[in-house]
Amino acid sequence: MEYFIELFFSGLTRGSIYALIALGYTMVYGIIGLINFAHGDIYMIGAFTAFIIATALSIFGFPLLSIVILAALAAVIWSSAYGYTIEKLAYKPLRHAPRLSPLISAIGMSIFLQNYVLLAQTSDFLAFPELIPDLEFMEPVAHVVGTTDLVILVTTAMAMLGLTLIIKFTRIGKAMRATAQDRTMAMLVGINVDRVISMTFIIGSALAAIGGILIASHIGQINFYIGFIAGIKAFTAAVLGGIGSIPGAVLGGFVLGLTESFATGYVSSDYEDVFAFALLVTILIFKPSGLLGRSDIQKV
Amino acid sequence: MNSFKETKRSALVSLWFMFLTFPVMVMKVDAIEKTVTWRWENMAFIGIGSFILSLFGRAFFERQKSRRQRQIEQNIEKRNLIQIIISHNKYLYPLAIAFFLFALLFPHLFSTYQINVMTTALMYVVLGLGLNIVVGVAGLLDLGFVAFYAVGAYSYALLNLHFGLGFWAVLPIGAILAAMFGVLLGFPVLRLRGDYLAIVTLAFGEIIRLVLENWNEFSQGPSGVSNIPRPGLFGIDLTLDQAITYLYYLMIIMVLVTIFVVNRLQNSRLGRAWVALREDEIACQAMGIDKTKTKLTAFALGATWAGMVGVIFAAKTTFINPASFTFLESAIILAIVVLGGMGSIVGVIIGAFILILLPEYLRALSDYRMLAFGAIMVSMMVFRPQGIISNVRRRYHYDPEKERSE
Amino acid sequence: MSEPILQINNLCMNFGGIKALDDLNLDVEQGEIVALIGPNGAGKTTFFNCVTGIYNPTHGDVMLSPPGKPSIRLNGLKPNHVAEKGMARTFQNIRLFQSMTVLENVMIGRHCRTSAFILGAILRDRATMQEEKQILQKSYEILQKMGLEKHMNELAGNLSYGEQRRLEIARALATEPFLLLLDEPAAGMNPQETQDLEAMINLLQQEGQSILLIEHDMKLVMNLSDRIFVMDYGKQIASGSPQEVRDNPAVIKAYLGDDSYA
Repeated sequence: MEYFIELFFSGLTRGSIYALIALGYTMVYGIIGLINFAHGDIYMIGAFTAFIIATALSIFGFPLLSIVILAALAAVIWSSAYGYTIEKLAYKPLRHAPRLSPLISAIGMSIFLQNYVLLAQTSDFLAFPELIPDLEFMEPVAHVVGTTDLVILVTTAMAMLGLTLIIKFTRIGKAMRATAQDRTMAMLVGINVDRVISMTFIIGSALAAIGGILIASHIGQINFYIGFIAGIKAFTAAVLGGIGSIPGAVLGGFVLGLTESFATGYVSSDYEDVFAFALLVTILIFKPSGLLGRSDIQKV
Repeated sequence: MNSFKETKRSALVSLWFMFLTFPVMVMKVDAIEKTVTWRWENMAFIGIGSFILSLFGRAFFERQKSRRQRQIEQNIEKRNLIQIIISHNKYLYPLAIAFFLFALLFPHLFSTYQINVMTTALMYVVLGLGLNIVVGVAGLLDLGFVAFYAVGAYSYALLNLHFGLGFWAVLPIGAILAAMFGVLLGFPVLRLRGDYLAIVTLAFGEIIRLVLENWNEFSQGPSGVSNIPRPGLFGIDLTLDQAITYLYYLMIIMVLVTIFVVNRLQNSRLGRAWVALREDEIACQAMGIDKTKTKLTAFALGATWAGMVGVIFAAKTTFINPASFTFLESAIILAIVVLGGMGSIVGVIIGAFILILLPEYLRALSDYRMLAFGAIMVSMMVFRPQGIISNVRRRYHYDPEKERSE
Repeated sequence: MSEPILQINNLCMNFGGIKALDDLNLDVEQGEIVALIGPNGAGKTTFFNCVTGIYNPTHGDVMLSPPGKPSIRLNGLKPNHVAEKGMARTFQNIRLFQSMTVLENVMIGRHCRTSAFILGAILRDRATMQEEKQILQKSYEILQKMGLEKHMNELAGNLSYGEQRRLEIARALATEPFLLLLDEPAAGMNPQETQDLEAMINLLQQEGQSILLIEHDMKLVMNLSDRIFVMDYGKQIASGSPQEVRDNPAVIKAYLGDDSYA
């Protein structure tokens, strides 16, 4: 029973990370119909930025709390900047191109970012500093739920809340919803579509960066390739929940996280990644609209 | 175009990139030694580089746009030098013969290492031509092409290991197995649209690689299969050098056969059906084309070539393991097709040579190979999505008077 | 009176809770031009889609009776089978193969009447080459009939709008349909182009082609049609000769006093 609870919380933790990254995928797909292949690498860059800043600050002797805050801030700022830049360079010129073009461009961008970090930094696995200390009140349940788990869950919940508030109650949020539904019409009513799209990328990247820092502290190491596999899994989560649907991305993230946790815990841990891929294939073939998405009826 | 404004713009772009790349490019931390290295030269490099690129890139873009405007107004179809050469047989044939002669003499002019490199390039040519049918002609974005490559390679490795089958026996078997997998993987994705098709095929490719990596009893896992014999020449024992040269000539033959077959397929009833499928799936069905059959045929044929090259790959390197069959391979082959021009045979050949040979000959820059791949893919899509050689459709000649008199 | 070549009985098409088509009946006799008209949103293109296999109707029968052959039920057949059986269509929004040449677009129409496959493509044996020659010949002849043969090696996307519409018809004709379905062929055409279209459709009828068309241009419909069916909200509200339909109060009401042809 204890094992079950442990797996459960582990699944929630995973799920939170997937959800954070999946949100970026789903928002971008909802607004410009593109699967941003490079999104996972934004997450990776967020983790790297946090690592670099955190390590540098700790070498300079900054206190732990300020390291955590500054590293997190840095990760969010730079990831957003990368997201913004990528959109302007690789996707904006292709907004009216046939669907395959931006997808190929995204793949190219993903490869470029991975190797950029590889060459500028290193191919080694880097040890991520422990940014989240073990809190005392967690002691009694520490063998089932760690402090990091708690922090991840709480942070994710806050991020979701923040996002929902933005989407529902701010002007930019409304503009995003309008652009997602009908881009041409949004332009005609005076919405600056370029700015809305940039904002979408920025928000998505920021969330991915948060996910990046959290998972890096949790696992304790990073490497230039983590974006690829996390990206695929987060994309699976987004599709599972219904691509284009924000609550769907969250739901999908948790479903995937829990499934993976229980599958690796009870069945086999070797085939961990295969579960995610197989799940992805199954959903896309049998119910491409996912759990919460609408069916796409093509007009002839 | 106000040149001061342009300069200011480029300066801002340059500042942005210097800021953007600051942590990754400038800072280097060593947690063990507890040091922080500041690589200011990188920042200067980025700053100057982005300034120049922005300035000249923008000017180039403007010129391209106005040139394209003029083209549309005058309704001329721009054909670059290579296309002109190809469409005039009197240029094409002598050039092709010259290349062929060079190819024949190649092993006698260069070292064994060079022959090996060229053989690899030729293998990618065939892979590119195979993927070209699926992606370029039929418009099915297959990101899991490497799976069929793996099927071919592993079929030789395992059939040889367990049953002692030789290269020539396995070559057709590998081809058929790969074709079967092509149909198998094609079936579930029939109804899927462009991006979803791409992702599912990617997932399939990864699943196959992961299975090969973990199912140790079947595939010997990450350690792979070794001691795979090279192709034999009527049972004669070949030295290493001779074997490599032998493989080279085999690949030359394979490339020629592939070009021949692919060319014929593209200019046939089947080829036209593929293009129609790519252009408009619904209209093509309404005109009587069986979408299922056409798609599966494309998958199966593309897979067949990948399978054959896979067998050759196993024979060439005599050792295979799952690490050779990652998504990156599929991406490289895709990059070749995209660079060369979707649907263009000569384009794919040029693309393969550029992407495979150039890094070899520019040894100093080989670390940047993958970086360049990524940059090329993005640049091609943004600046020249039709590739080096944009596909020019066949011009038919029909003289009704002449036909009636025959 | 021979059996109608197309017989639609009680056709229903539901999308979730929406009844796009509600108990529709229609028939086309051989050699006729039948028009299907109705306000926007009435369900005309949905009807075409049901008949040509893009949708599978919820209820009802779509019966095709090729002259001299037994009737076939088309419900649920895939669009390419429908084309094989002898029904070809054009589209409301032109769906040409933009990056193929004009001639090749028509050659695609010949696909379902020919059979060369992989081996034929690779080997180019006598039978295949003969077939290719015939494809070329027939396609050229159809282009001539449509007046497009001068453009045969141009990209389809480069033609003018009116020429593109004619090309779509040419492509459909290449499948040798005994029933041609035209979805708003005159949409977006100026009066001259519409007149040319009318002449061409008349010519096709004279050659024995049966045609079912959806149109909004009332003048064209009244001039061309032998019979007209009128739809609104997925239901049939009138049918008969052009005269009968023109004077039908229900039709006038549905169009809310359309004055284009009083």
